[in-house]
Amino acid sequence: MTSFHIPRFASFILSPPPELCFDDVTFNHEDKVLLGPCSFTLKGTGPTLVMGPNGAGKSLLLRLSHRLLLPTQGQITWSGELCPRQAMVFQQPVLLRRSAVANLIHALAVNNVPRRKRVKLAHDALERFGLTACCYTPARVLSGGEQQRLALARAWLLSPQILFLDEPTSALDPAAIKAVEAAVQEFHQRGTRIVMTTHDLHQAKRLAGDILFLSGGKVREHTPAEVFFDKPVSREAKAFIAGELVE
Amino acid sequence: MENNAFYVALSLLLNLDASLFQIVALSLQVSLLAVLIAALLGFPLGAAVAIWRFPGRGGMIVVLNALMGLPPVVAGLMVYLLLSRAGPLGEWGLLFTPGAMILAQVVLVLPILAALSRQKVEELLGEYREQFVSLGMSSSRMMPTLLWDARFALLTVLLAGFGRASAEVGAVMMVGGNIEGVTRVMTTSIVLETGKGNLPLALGLGIVLLTLVMLINAGAYLVGELTRRRVG
Amino acid sequence: MKKTLNLLLAGVASMGLAFGACAKDYITLASTTSTENSGLFASILPKFEDATGIQVRVVAVGTGQAFEIARRGDSDSLLVHDTTGEKRFVENDFATERADVMYNDFVLIGPADDPANISEAQSATEAFAAIADAEAPFASRGDDSGTNRAELRLWKNAGVAADGDWYRELGSGMGPTLNTAAAMDAYVMSDRATWVAFGNRQNLTLLFEGDKVLFNQYGSLLLSEEKHPHLKHDLAQQWHNWLLSEDGQQAIAEFKVDGQQLFFPNAK
Repeated sequence: MTSFHIPRFASFILSPPPELCFDDVTFNHEDKVLLGPCSFTLKGTGPTLVMGPNGAGKSLLLRLSHRLLLPTQGQITWSGELCPRQAMVFQQPVLLRRSAVANLIHALAVNNVPRRKRVKLAHDALERFGLTACCYTPARVLSGGEQQRLALARAWLLSPQILFLDEPTSALDPAAIKAVEAAVQEFHQRGTRIVMTTHDLHQAKRLAGDILFLSGGKVREHTPAEVFFDKPVSREAKAFIAGELVE
Repeated sequence: MENNAFYVALSLLLNLDASLFQIVALSLQVSLLAVLIAALLGFPLGAAVAIWRFPGRGGMIVVLNALMGLPPVVAGLMVYLLLSRAGPLGEWGLLFTPGAMILAQVVLVLPILAALSRQKVEELLGEYREQFVSLGMSSSRMMPTLLWDARFALLTVLLAGFGRASAEVGAVMMVGGNIEGVTRVMTTSIVLETGKGNLPLALGLGIVLLTLVMLINAGAYLVGELTRRRVG
Repeated sequence: MKKTLNLLLAGVASMGLAFGACAKDYITLASTTSTENSGLFASILPKFEDATGIQVRVVAVGTGQAFEIARRGDSDSLLVHDTTGEKRFVENDFATERADVMYNDFVLIGPADDPANISEAQSATEAFAAIADAEAPFASRGDDSGTNRAELRLWKNAGVAADGDWYRELGSGMGPTLNTAAAMDAYVMSDRATWVAFGNRQNLTLLFEGDKVLFNQYGSLLLSEEKHPHLKHDLAQQWHNWLLSEDGQQAIAEFKVDGQQLFFPNAK
């Protein structure tokens, strides 16, 4: 994972969206196959929603994509020579024991943004995500929704070309969910490629450009959103949409 | 005798006895400086052991934990042999000076600070590691962030180290020589007065020492609580 | 962050300098606890400092440790009470000269009711024999110090085996041994100076004194310049000479506790 310099005016990502390719990827843990073999390519503008029942391997897939884990077998590659700038938002936001703005300044410092620019950039990000009021509040004291938005603000400052989100709203109330989804849309509009897991069908319907459906550690379907919801192909997907438990 | 001792302690303090003041000042200087130096070395060491995987890591953790129980008189003996003119560092001429006492106490306190900070940092790392990697932090970059995030727990660790330093007598006696006006500290004074059979005075000094340590701990607690409220 | 680190290091370094260096001339003297704890040094050292401007830093430890410190070159000077050991020290070339400085005596201390009846003894060896016969508790320093060696010689001369439950080897200095003896209500042999200055007597009292064999000679040693060239030999020489001089000897004689003179100058 390389650290990167944030360009001066990073409002728009000008380069074409990167493509993620899984080539016969397997992930084992203690001789048990948890994911794979999987092969797929994420193209286009997304947002890609990764769906599936619990234990399907959605989080694993995300972590493998983000290089937090290495595949036991197979290759994960990006189009183009360089690894694109990435960020990830986790199900439980991970924030430091400092104020909200200090968390953002820390992320900027880690990525070698010049000291004098950090405060302004941090405050701008807070404003964008509606967190100006909680600027100096200890981050860990914020509500779940505010924390998740702060995590998104932090990701925003990294100007990622890809943003991974691992069930970011599963612990939030409807109002907070709405705010987080709006924030995700901001990223999408800026040109960031979104890859997000969810088990919420309605959320998927709201946000998805395409769906990657997993079940039992394997990719069952990878289709544009409308196609998936209207005419699911696999047995598991049909059962999942119908609300029946799938393993 | 206990009543006598409290009276003695009180009168020592109220009379602002000059030699007592000098002894107290030296005790604080030696122990505080030792803890400071040990922290500058020990906290990064503990964090490093927590963060990096290397061969022998398990053994290192066991050794650090075990050295927390290093007997002060043994530490004093080892440092004495090092600093003695007949020893490898004799050229430094540190023996029987406060510098030697600080060195001996650093040897005692360093394992405590390293072992306990390692444990704390490792806990935090469990919580933070994925996010840190995601943000693009190298292992070495994680160290200051983790240490700062753990600051409240590390304050308690510092106090544990200070407690050990200010309470011990074996090491400072050995390398300091208990020289009046030069290397005599509270604990060695207590041993001296006990040896002279002046038990009320010895106990009185003990009470003064305890009060001092109590005040320092209270101060640290207040500082910790006040800042903790601000940061959640 | 970097700025604060630099400041800290500078602070530490300057404190280190302040600790290490001392503007005044000084020597380190390895000596025994009896001379320090009795208050002798507190009395005579200021006089020496006034006369010469040299501060004497006393490291007061057991005799064995004092010899070891001097042997290693960690002290500039040595003042102990173990004539045999001192002579051997000179023979082994660790010191160039030893000289008698002063003497005091050992006294026998014990519980006020005196179960072994040593206050009636006619000699020290008789007293020791009586203690062994009565199997009365006896606290021995057991630390190979000058006092301890003198004690063992007396047991030998009394023709008595000093062992059994009643004979307790403590491995301690004089003061701690007295503390333990007071708690055990045991007999103990102490040098007079430490006893006179001792504060925790409880039921103990002085029971026997005066026998010539209880004589305890102190000697000052001039350490070898050859073995340890780094030592402050000039200053140590001044100290050694002053001790043997009229001024030094008078200072020793003038030191009294409760009107009692504790050390008797006898330099030749």
